[in-house]
Amino acid sequence: MSWLNKLLPPKIKRNESGIARKSTLPEGLWSKCPSCEAVLYATDLDNNLNVCPKCGHHNRLNARARIELLLDPEGRFEIGAEVLPVDSLKFKDSRRYPERLQDATETTGETDSLVVMQGAIKTLPVVVAAFEFDFMGGSMGSVLGERFVRGVQTAVEQGMPFVCVTASGGARMQEGLFSLMQMAKTTAVLTKLSEAKLPFISILTDPTMGGVSASFAFVGDVVMAEPGALIGFAGPRVIEQTVRETLPQGFQRSEFLIEKGAIDMIVDRREMKDKLAQLLAMLQKLPAAA
Amino acid sequence: MKTSFLDFEQPIAELEGKIENLRYAQDDSAVDISEEIGRLEKKGQTLTKDIYAKLTSWQICQVARHPQRPYTLDYLERIFTDFEELHGDRAFSDDHAIVGGLARFNGQSVMVIGHQKGRDTKEKIFRNFGMPRPEGYRKALRLMKLAEKFGIPVFTFVDTPGAYPGIDAEERGQSEAIGRNLYVLAELKVPVIVTIIGEGGSGGALAIAVGDTVQMLQYSTYSVISPEGCASILWKSADKASEAAETMAITAPRLKTLGLIDRIISEPLGGAHRDPAAMAQSLKKALQEALKQVSALSTEEMLEARFERLMAYGRTKEQPLR
Repeated sequence: MSWLNKLLPPKIKRNESGIARKSTLPEGLWSKCPSCEAVLYATDLDNNLNVCPKCGHHNRLNARARIELLLDPEGRFEIGAEVLPVDSLKFKDSRRYPERLQDATETTGETDSLVVMQGAIKTLPVVVAAFEFDFMGGSMGSVLGERFVRGVQTAVEQGMPFVCVTASGGARMQEGLFSLMQMAKTTAVLTKLSEAKLPFISILTDPTMGGVSASFAFVGDVVMAEPGALIGFAGPRVIEQTVRETLPQGFQRSEFLIEKGAIDMIVDRREMKDKLAQLLAMLQKLPAAA
Repeated sequence: MKTSFLDFEQPIAELEGKIENLRYAQDDSAVDISEEIGRLEKKGQTLTKDIYAKLTSWQICQVARHPQRPYTLDYLERIFTDFEELHGDRAFSDDHAIVGGLARFNGQSVMVIGHQKGRDTKEKIFRNFGMPRPEGYRKALRLMKLAEKFGIPVFTFVDTPGAYPGIDAEERGQSEAIGRNLYVLAELKVPVIVTIIGEGGSGGALAIAVGDTVQMLQYSTYSVISPEGCASILWKSADKASEAAETMAITAPRLKTLGLIDRIISEPLGGAHRDPAAMAQSLKKALQEALKQVSALSTEEMLEARFERLMAYGRTKEQPLR
């Protein structure tokens, strides 16, 4: 076997795991950690859930990999995949909206920026929604809103909690005011979950900004964030231009938010599933998982 | 007060200047030129009508931001009586970019909440250009809950470039403050009548704009991001704001067609600032009708209708999965 073949398996292994999409990592077998600059073997990074094994820096994780990480393998059922985007404003900037959608579908293998899945976390039934940041910056448009609503409605009907993992630049400008209204729509449906006394856990990952941050993301019964995630309403550049000051060190990062009392906890991705199972069980007054 | 004219109104400005000069001349002239003045005034009206009949979205945006446009407190004075302003969020401070309090509307107790901009430089700074911080939204939330407790209907008036993008605003949880309002408004057990009176700027507007009826003044705007912001992100140049305004659909007629708002309230010729009294009159009538309509429903019916309307927002297609 040549040295080349020895290097091949990781890529094949990736495909076998059912994640039929390009990795967010740059092409190649080696990558450099953006935080500690350690040179990492791609497989090591993959095996470590895209968290740098050297410094713990959390790189972005795509929606399906996130669901893979959180949900038990058995009994998964996708919700809202049949809902697809339309270009109701005939929106065109430097490019047409349908072209951008098509490109995003090609790079991510997704049809919009949210994947919703019913399943179980350590046997506790749950509906999980995960943002796909690589799909137009995880922007919130009509499809995202509708899938989110169907996810929550399913949770209410089935009597199970709802967990959402955000990664988004905010509202999708290409859908104009329709996208703004998704803020109201997604947040409003959570009142039904609340009426049914079912928990909503919001997990904020890098980045959670604008209309997503300023709607359902912070109304979780528990709001947690991954380490080092950028979370805020206005983007740092906009703020800098408005106030004409240099922003404080670590501004709008998870660690800054917990200091200010904005979130409940910072959770390492590698402990996320255990933590979720624990919290969900306690909120529902269920015995501790075996 | 002397009317200030926008760029595209220059022909009207010139004509009105001419009329002004003639009036001045008439005072010390033996010749009667009132007929000439009358003729020019008529011409001025036709001209205004023509110009306003084909305003672009970007021009409407300028009217919505007109420095003399009536603000929340102007309408409060003309439409409501016995306004008792209520201050502060009970946690941090009183945000002057949002005003609110109890008032009477045709004698009935109501809660009024609105963004407030300033007229002169000093007041603009005091009002932070109508851009609220979290404490503004939390004050609004407190007033909504107060209204709910006593079964008092809520009127909100929206007029903001957006929520304030500042370091302090982020530190105190701008996102949470806006999100919380969206949540509470979705299930507030009293009628909520929303009117966009000027600029409906993004999340900062929406935080007090979820309700049973959403109406817009004819030349107000409502958008997910300012045309300048959209242009600088998508076109990489703020100069394309005019194109962005057109594409995003931010004007009342387009939003009405898209089913995103319920009603357009006509403005006086040349915009609300040309005749604030007449504007207040028609706004009052619209508010009256909206309140009557919503009040006819039981609380359950009202909340269900509000929820259904929120759930109906958005345009998607469905395709059966393979």
